[in-house]
Amino acid sequence: MTVDVISPQIYLLCGVLLFVLGLHALVVRRHLLLKILAVNIMGSGVFMLLLGVAARGEGGIDPVPHALVITGIVVAVSATAVALVLMLKVKAATGLARLPLSGPED
Amino acid sequence: MPWMDVMADMALAPWLVILPLAGALLAGLWPAAARWWGLLTGLLTLPMALLLALQVHAHGPMVLYLGGWVPPLGIALVADGLASLMLLMTAGVGLAISLYALGYLTGETGGRWFWILWLWLWAAMNALYLSGDVFNLYVTLELVVLASVALVALAGGAAPLVAAMRYLLVSLLGSMAYLMGVALLYGSYGVLDLQGLGAQVALSAAPMLAAALMTVGLMAKSALFPLHVWLPPAHGSAPAPVSAALSALVVKVSFYLMLRLWLTVFPALPLPGLDMLMGALAMGAVLWGGLMALRASRLKQVVAYSTVAQVGYLFLLFPFLRAFPDGWKAVVFFAVAHGVAKAAVFLAAGTLQRAAGHDRLADLGAVMRGRLKTSFALGIAGASLVGLPFTGGFIAKWLLVQTALEAGLWIWVLMVLGGGLLAGAYVFRLLGPAFQPGPADPGQPLPAVMEWVPLALALLTIGLGFAGTPVLSLLTRTLTGGGG
Repeated sequence: MTVDVISPQIYLLCGVLLFVLGLHALVVRRHLLLKILAVNIMGSGVFMLLLGVAARGEGGIDPVPHALVITGIVVAVSATAVALVLMLKVKAATGLARLPLSGPED
Repeated sequence: MPWMDVMADMALAPWLVILPLAGALLAGLWPAAARWWGLLTGLLTLPMALLLALQVHAHGPMVLYLGGWVPPLGIALVADGLASLMLLMTAGVGLAISLYALGYLTGETGGRWFWILWLWLWAAMNALYLSGDVFNLYVTLELVVLASVALVALAGGAAPLVAAMRYLLVSLLGSMAYLMGVALLYGSYGVLDLQGLGAQVALSAAPMLAAALMTVGLMAKSALFPLHVWLPPAHGSAPAPVSAALSALVVKVSFYLMLRLWLTVFPALPLPGLDMLMGALAMGAVLWGGLMALRASRLKQVVAYSTVAQVGYLFLLFPFLRAFPDGWKAVVFFAVAHGVAKAAVFLAAGTLQRAAGHDRLADLGAVMRGRLKTSFALGIAGASLVGLPFTGGFIAKWLLVQTALEAGLWIWVLMVLGGGLLAGAYVFRLLGPAFQPGPADPGQPLPAVMEWVPLALALLTIGLGFAGTPVLSLLTRTLTGGGG
C-alpha cells in the first residue's frame, strides 16, 4: 500500500530533478549536441512529471496526461531534428559545433 | 446585413488555419507556382480575418469544438475580440509581406522554401491565436518557433546560421519552461482550458511556480531586456520579408500568450513585486534598445534594436494590469501599431539594401535620395514608431500615457515620453542620410512592388491613427478570467 502512495511522488520528484539537470547543462555546456540533449532531458523531466500526475488520480489512471506526453514527444522529435540539422549547418559554416563566445552586441 | 447572417452560419475560424496550411502544402507540392499559392493565401485570408472580426464584434466571442469533441480530449477553437484583432493584424501584415516577397525573391533558389515556411508560420500563428487551452498553445508555439528558426537560417552563411541556432536554443528553453508550467497547472487542477483554469487558480505554491516559469519562458521568447541578445542578429541578418514577419508578428505571439495567461488564468495570483520588476525591465529595454539603435552602424541593425526597445512598452502590461482592469487594451493597441509600422520599416530597409547592395547607414544617402517613395515610407513608419501625431503610434502612446495617468503611475508616463525621444533620435538617424546634399541614385533596378508595399503599410499606420475607437470596441469582446 505504501508503495502505491510513494511511487508517483518519486516520479514527480525525479521529473523535477531531470528538468533542473537539463536546464543546468543547457546553460553550462558549450557543445551544441550537449545543449540539444539538455533540452531533451528537460522535456523528459516534464513528461515524467506528467506521467506521475496521471498515476496519482484515485479513479484509475488519467488518460489526458498520456495524450499530452505523446503529443509532446512528437513535438520534441521535430524540434530535435531541426536543431540537429541546424547544428550540422553551423559546423559546416563555422567549423565549430558551438556558438561563438563573443556576444552579438559588439 | 443579410450577407453577414449567412456568414455567421459558416464556421470561419478553422479556415484561418486551413487556408495557410493548404497554401504551404500546395507550395511544397507545386514549387514552380509556390509564389502564386502564397499570394492566393494572403488574398483569401485577409477577408476571412476581417469577417471573423466583424462577427465577433457583432455577436461576441465564439467557441467551436472541432469534430464535436469537447475538451479535454477534443480541441476547441476560441475566437474573441483579442484573438480576432491579432488575426486581423497578422492577415494584413502577412498579405503585405507576401506581396513584397513576390518582388524580393525573384530568381532566388531559396524562394521555394521561403513560401512553404512562411505559410506554415502563418498557419501556426493563426492556430495559436485561436487556441483555447494551455497545451494547444504550447504545440502551436513550438510550430511558430520551428518555422521562424528555419526562416532565419534560410539566408545561409555563418552569421544567420549562428543567429538561428541561438534563437532556437533560447526558444526551446522558453518552451520547456512553459511546458513545465502546463504540467504543474494540470497536476493541480486537472483541466487545461484557459477559462476552466482561470475559474480555479488560487493562491498556492504550484500555480505560483507555474506562473513564474511560464512568464520567464515567454519573456525570453519575446526578447525582453536582458533576455534580448538573440534578437538583433536573428532579425537583422534574415532576408527582408523574414525580418518583417519576425519583428512585426512573431514577437507579438509570445506577448499575446503572456497577456492571455495573465488576463484569464492568473488574475487571482498577486505576485508581489512582479509589476515593478516587469516595469523596470521594460524601462531597461526601452533605454538599452534605444541606445544600441543609436550606436548600430547598419540600417537593419538599427531597426532590430528598435524592436528590442519597443518590446519594452509591451511589458508595461504588468504595471497596468495591476493598477487598472482595462489597462491592457492600450498595450494591445500599441502592439498592433508597432506591428504595422515595424513591418513597413523592415520592408523599406530591405528595398534600400537591395538597391544599394549594402545597408551601411553612412553610405545610403544617394540611394535614399534616389528612392523617394521608400524613404517616405521609412519616414512615416518611423514617425509612428516615435509616436508623432496622425499615426497609429501616436494614438498608441496616447492611450499608454492616458492609462498611466489614470492609474497615477507617473513613472511610466516619463518612460513613454522619454522612450519617444530616444526613438526620435534613432529614427532621425535612419533618415539623416537622405537629407544630406549629394547626388541621387536609385541604385539597382527593383520590382515596383518593393517600393509600393512599404509605402502602403506606412499609409496604413496613418489609417491606424483613426482606428482607436473600433479597435478598443472590438477588444471589449474579449474573454477574461473575471467570467466575462
